[in-house]
Amino acid sequence: MVDFALTEERQMLQDTLRRYLADRYSTETLHGILQEDEGYCRTVWSELAELGVIGALFGEAEGGFGGAGFDLAVVFEEFGRAGVVEPFLDTAVLAGGLIADLGSDGQKAIVDDVIAGSVQLAFAHGEPDSRYELSRVSAKAEMRGDAFVLNGRKAVVGNGGNAQTLVVSARSGGDVADEAGISLFLVPADAPGLSRRAYPVMGGGTAAEIVLRDVEVPSNAALGAIGEAFPAIERRAAYAIAALCAEALGAMESAKDLTVDYLRTRKQFGRPLGKFQALQHRMADMLVEIEQARSAVINAAGHLDRDRATRERQVSAAKNLIGRVGRLVAEETIQMHGGIGMTQEYGLAHLAKRMVMVDHRFGDTDHHLERFIALARV
Amino acid sequence: MDLNYTAEETAFRQEVRDFLAEHLPERLSEKVRLGKRLSKADHEEWHAVLNARGWLAGNWPAEFGGTGWNAVQRHIFEEETTLANAPRIVPFGLTMLGPVLQKFGSKEQQDRFLPKILNGEHWWCQGYSEPGAGSDLASLKTHAVRDGDDYIVNGQKTWTTLGQHANWIFCLVRTDAEAKPQEGISFLLIDMNSPGVEVRPIVLLEGTPEVNEVFFDDVRVPAANLVGTENEGWTYAKYLLTHERTNIAGVGFSNAGLANLKRIARQEQSGGRPLIDNPHFAARMAQIEIDLMAMATTNLRVIAKAAAGQAPGAESSMLKIKGTAIRQEINDLTRRAVGPYAMPFVSEALDEGYNEEPVGPDYATPAAPQYFNNRKLSIFGGSNEVQRTIISKAILEL
Repeated sequence: MVDFALTEERQMLQDTLRRYLADRYSTETLHGILQEDEGYCRTVWSELAELGVIGALFGEAEGGFGGAGFDLAVVFEEFGRAGVVEPFLDTAVLAGGLIADLGSDGQKAIVDDVIAGSVQLAFAHGEPDSRYELSRVSAKAEMRGDAFVLNGRKAVVGNGGNAQTLVVSARSGGDVADEAGISLFLVPADAPGLSRRAYPVMGGGTAAEIVLRDVEVPSNAALGAIGEAFPAIERRAAYAIAALCAEALGAMESAKDLTVDYLRTRKQFGRPLGKFQALQHRMADMLVEIEQARSAVINAAGHLDRDRATRERQVSAAKNLIGRVGRLVAEETIQMHGGIGMTQEYGLAHLAKRMVMVDHRFGDTDHHLERFIALARV
Repeated sequence: MDLNYTAEETAFRQEVRDFLAEHLPERLSEKVRLGKRLSKADHEEWHAVLNARGWLAGNWPAEFGGTGWNAVQRHIFEEETTLANAPRIVPFGLTMLGPVLQKFGSKEQQDRFLPKILNGEHWWCQGYSEPGAGSDLASLKTHAVRDGDDYIVNGQKTWTTLGQHANWIFCLVRTDAEAKPQEGISFLLIDMNSPGVEVRPIVLLEGTPEVNEVFFDDVRVPAANLVGTENEGWTYAKYLLTHERTNIAGVGFSNAGLANLKRIARQEQSGGRPLIDNPHFAARMAQIEIDLMAMATTNLRVIAKAAAGQAPGAESSMLKIKGTAIRQEINDLTRRAVGPYAMPFVSEALDEGYNEEPVGPDYATPAAPQYFNNRKLSIFGGSNEVQRTIISKAILEL
């Protein structure tokens, strides 16, 4: 019989994380963090690293104690529940994950720092015209003597302004949208020729526009084989999508809980709003959709280690469904709250923004619907 | 059945178009087009331009300094101004309070207040909702007690849109605590500079300080500022709501929003082609356009009825539900159209005087903020749930 219960380790991880966030990540704390230029709290970051939360995102071979889809799902669902804005996805799942997947022994030393919470990373991949297409890379990498020279622009790079080291994709061969010919490089943020403009993003956290102008990196900065990075990028994007879906799910659960509380206590026309059947039915519909979202997260997380076709089909299905349900839950919970749901001060707005903005990372509902259709044709 | 405008109406449309081409400041239409926040001075500037032409009060009779337009002319004006990206007319004095004073106010009140609405000396805001009285407006608790020639007002209003700019507020206050909820309410005009009035901003979810809480602590209001009869305020409030809901369909906003969306979809690239050529996205846009075409006619049907002298009743509830759903759908699709560039959120970039280059294309800056901000459309002015209840009671008689 299938078993949907969490393993004992994951249950402990969930309990620890939930307790920590309930204790340390209040709405007031969050509002303080949102005012910070860096867009995250260093104390929270180090404390979560000490609790082993970052370690849970890496496999044992890399010095962690997790790294599987369900580990990510547990962690990110809790992040979503509390509205955490710290850049764990960018530093650990994406950039850290790519280094763990492809890095030489020397390069993998960075992963130890990631797990210890002492470094910030970013994955500089998307470009102004690439939208959600993972293989559309215009940035160029050219061999010059023993070095690679990078040129191009990277767009909306999550945590790009905070990262000390960037994992940069650039094309060393092939046409602009080819899967073949894409390479990855480890680039220090202070490399000459690299400029970045950091800014806040809707829903918290920061991103950056990055320009690479004749940025020279040594040949040992290449991550994995030259021209062959796409499969690893796609696989890491799948992990990121599973994590984002889990985060959205957590946010939906919290938004639903807040709304149920509100409907029970808010009285209009002499009775609690929750006694109006029109609202009861909408809440019931929402509950059904959130359960669907939970199943979609399980599907995505549970197939990350499978063959490409199986994994990508599950991941696109999940991202499409989460995009739809995320919008529904954000809009319905705000609507059922009325004006109070529209305010920055009340906790719901932040959750609604997080779950909607998930749609803008690694492909929205429409992108993944088209991709799901295309994958079935292969 | 004739779906054409008359020659006079077409000529009027041209007249409005010519006027806008000449007199709508480009600085303002650019701000509207790019979704930037309008300052108090921006609104005042546009009001003054319209007032100079005698077109500020589209729904007032000529005797009070209005245009005397009928419903069709008002509709044409609304369509043309929104398509030209003119700032909307701030409704509180002009479309809300004005008609109430004209119908229920004393001659003295009309002479005192109406000209100052037109010349901009008074900026009004609306004191209706309270923390405990939202959809159930009649449960409001702010109260006014008669004391000689004054009322003494205590209580709190909330969701007061642009109250930070206002110097006057029209308020629903309870003057008879014993009566049934609707029967003990009066309509009072309050100078916001009176001692005891305090305005506190409420920041909305995308960072805009657009609404406020207004507190009243022993505020003395001359009894001369009571509109109509004491305890009859609910009647006036309902009358005001029928005016608040004119143009509730927002067809002009939707047309402008759809045109903007198409512009974006032509410029955005998806898979190496313009987004507008993506069949899936094109289908989504077409779906909205089809709904909007029908909505425009539903709106005209209600307008024609109003022009024939029938007061719009529950029809305006239909317009509100469908009209706001279409606007929100356009906001949603616009957010999606800009892709990853919906994420950058530089709040100051929406303010005047921000001179840095936008992150990504300029049209992307307001996409997500507007999507979130316009969730208010289905909440304010009587939530869409309240509108459904009105339809089921008044039309379906359920």
